[in-house]
Amino acid sequence: MGALASYRLRMQRRRWHIRARLKRRELKPIQDRTNMIRPGDVLLFCTFRNEEVRLHYFMQYYRSLGVNHFIFVDNDSNDGGRELAAEQPDVSIWTTSASYKKARFGLDWLTWLQSQYADNHWTLTVDLDEFFVYPFCDTRSVRALTDWLESANVRSFGAVMLDMYPKGPINNIPYERKTDPLEIASWFDAGNYTISRNPRYRNLWIQGGPRARMFFADQPEKAPALNKIPLVKWDRRYSYVSSTHMLLPRGLNLVYDQMGGEKASGALLHTKFLDTMEVKVREELSRGEHYADSDEYKAYVEGLQDNPDLWCKWSEKYINWRQLEILGIMSKGNWA
Amino acid sequence: MTVGVVILVHTALDRAEQVIRHWVEGGCPVVVHVDQNVNKRTHDAFVGNLSDLAEVKFSKQHECEWGMWGLVAATQDASELMLKSFPKVRHVYLASGSCMPLRPVKELRRYLDSRPRTDFIESATTSEVPWTVGGLDRERFTLRFPFSWRKNRFLFDSYVNLQRRIGFKRNIPDGLVPHMGSQWWCLTRQTLSAILQDPGRKAYDAYFKRVWIPDESYFQTLVRLYSPNIESRSLTLSKFDFQGKPHIFYDDHLQLLRRSDCFVARKIWPHATRLYQTFLNDEVSPMKGTEPSPGKIDRIFAKAVDRRTRGRPGLYMQSRWPDRDRENGLTSSVYSVFQGFAELFENFEPWLAKASGSRIHGHLFHPERVEFDGGQKNFQGALSDSAKLRDYHPEMFLTNLIWNTRGERQGFQFGPSDNQKIAEMTARDHNAHIAVISGAWAVPLYQSNRNFADIRQEAARLQSIENEQLMLLRSSETKARVRVWTMAEFIEAPMEALQTVVDEMVEKPGPHLSEAPRMVDLAGFGQFLQNLKNQGMHPYLMGNFPVDSGANLTAPTQRKPYLVR
Repeated sequence: MGALASYRLRMQRRRWHIRARLKRRELKPIQDRTNMIRPGDVLLFCTFRNEEVRLHYFMQYYRSLGVNHFIFVDNDSNDGGRELAAEQPDVSIWTTSASYKKARFGLDWLTWLQSQYADNHWTLTVDLDEFFVYPFCDTRSVRALTDWLESANVRSFGAVMLDMYPKGPINNIPYERKTDPLEIASWFDAGNYTISRNPRYRNLWIQGGPRARMFFADQPEKAPALNKIPLVKWDRRYSYVSSTHMLLPRGLNLVYDQMGGEKASGALLHTKFLDTMEVKVREELSRGEHYADSDEYKAYVEGLQDNPDLWCKWSEKYINWRQLEILGIMSKGNWA
Repeated sequence: MTVGVVILVHTALDRAEQVIRHWVEGGCPVVVHVDQNVNKRTHDAFVGNLSDLAEVKFSKQHECEWGMWGLVAATQDASELMLKSFPKVRHVYLASGSCMPLRPVKELRRYLDSRPRTDFIESATTSEVPWTVGGLDRERFTLRFPFSWRKNRFLFDSYVNLQRRIGFKRNIPDGLVPHMGSQWWCLTRQTLSAILQDPGRKAYDAYFKRVWIPDESYFQTLVRLYSPNIESRSLTLSKFDFQGKPHIFYDDHLQLLRRSDCFVARKIWPHATRLYQTFLNDEVSPMKGTEPSPGKIDRIFAKAVDRRTRGRPGLYMQSRWPDRDRENGLTSSVYSVFQGFAELFENFEPWLAKASGSRIHGHLFHPERVEFDGGQKNFQGALSDSAKLRDYHPEMFLTNLIWNTRGERQGFQFGPSDNQKIAEMTARDHNAHIAVISGAWAVPLYQSNRNFADIRQEAARLQSIENEQLMLLRSSETKARVRVWTMAEFIEAPMEALQTVVDEMVEKPGPHLSEAPRMVDLAGFGQFLQNLKNQGMHPYLMGNFPVDSGANLTAPTQRKPYLVR
């Protein structure tokens, strides 16, 4: 990895910023309250499409962690989610009917908005089905975490994506709005993750969990990546590379220790596997708007034909962050 | 007599104000130093808010940067102002804006009143302190540090290296013995004024201006010249992490802090509302002891530092991905690998599980399927029995398995027909106990109903794999505990060997094995090996096997009659 490689990555980042700049025309503001953002506020960025059912609990959850302002991009919802979000006092929302896929899966839109509003703010970038968990999240606000990271000159915080699933077939229990999805999808795989290092971006590449176990047992290399870096002290020059798996500049991807110690890290509880999934997957498939030519989604559809049960005898039931820390999924590092 | 508090503030001025009011209500005059870097408007508002208190004075502002002289200069000026303005002060307590009194102020005053001549200041010679950032201890006093460590790390480091290379050394002023310690002290008027009014102060100041982190050494060194009675500890509970950064207290530390019986703690997170509400309320006296006892807090923070620097051995995860040889333990606990046993004995796994009380799997690295104990489809941690998933990252499959089953000893079968990718790792792993009966892979071949040409080919393949593996186990890199028997050796005294294996697996060796596993019928095995030889394939890993020896196993009286037992 010489100077040439880092130069190339810098050029790549520049190109993405130019793309994002061009894509800004696709965004139409619905409700812009960004003038309410105060220095030091923690911001949350999220793109969604037809997720009104999930939106209620999502905002409640992140407000309770201490997120100060939500910035949403609505990708052409028609279920009232856009209106619901726009009514909230701490939300700014843009809408677009352009292609999600052609906008680097929404990243171009977010990169643009982040370059405008997130500079010098701690910024969470998550999906509507992801719930951020960090050490002491039951007693300390996200501000406590970011203050602590800042005092240690740390700019990014890793959180592995943990696929949560119900016991029994996915469709058995319907998800109701305003309820905690973890009450249904409360199980996870505790110890079947594999890791390798991506030399190009220096991030770790983590795979495994129920999706690898159930849908990708024959082609493990295609199993979805679970490494994520959702919390970043943003600078307008930063850019996510692929979903929130990694960033540029790549120094931000070094959220792991290489000398044997543990850095602090969290988890993103991924509650995709609910009854809402089947509709979603079929819609995504017909639109062809997801990753890897929707290979992942094809695998799901095949798997979902017989309403699968991801649960097994050795599944672990979620209790709290301390459990995840003991299991070695996340770590307190030297935060105490 | 009372205690005067010198407070250095730079952020969270609203919290500082609360604490200052608390000190004053407790009868302590306060001198405040506000960092010059605080902007003027904030500063003026802060001063304005406190103008109703006559016992609060503000000292001359200095720029305070960590590790630089400004902090000492600020302390000196503030202390002088304190001694001059408040003649009733006998002890001066140095605190910061993020310090919080945990016990009622009057308890602190009573404590100090009964120790009127004692200076509380942590002060140790450089060779005796473990906490030095950047590897500089003695050199703090003998090199020059004009560059900021925080802002100009490159210049800082290069200048240090340059001085080292040319052998530069400063002279320490006569009579001074460098001491270091926590910057938060509590000194008596006598000692403090002696330091501040020393005729040689100018020279000392000039010297310490170029010492690194002088706030941890200026008073700590000079106090040794004047104090008749040093109690070398800080009354302020302040813990540092491995980077020399103070640990921060949050609301969830409330009970810990209560039980610590410390007078003052730092650093308190400014938004820890419950802590401020609880401890700045004099009506409750949450503590009962007299002497501070922060033992439990010490342990928690020591553990945090340990986790950050050494981590949990055998854990590979998103924020712990050690480079090779940095793992400090490849796996999390001891496990056993058996090679050739399951081939030689019928139902070896259940027998061993019973004899050793451990979890015994079949061939975990079998080419077709992971043979978990009991033939389960999944195992602890939701590991899958899919060979493809396992082979995607076999080493991590093993480290995961061992990590997931912490507390239960694992054993599994291995052999030359299994995926060999873990062989190197298990050999390097000091947690691996590997027992090999070399050449036993020939037994299933012998029992099989395959064409001899195939058998010959397969035997040659397995032998070369096992040979390579044995070379690995014999290499000097190997850290695993390895036992190798040739098959011939082993069947000479199988019970003895099994006893060794089982004894190794149980915590304290119990009674001798009463029940032996049944060995497979080896009648004709010697002839089988001879046939291989006749075909030009020389099986050597099983040792010296007489043509008819196998048959003798069931009739031990005939076995090697010349051996005395």
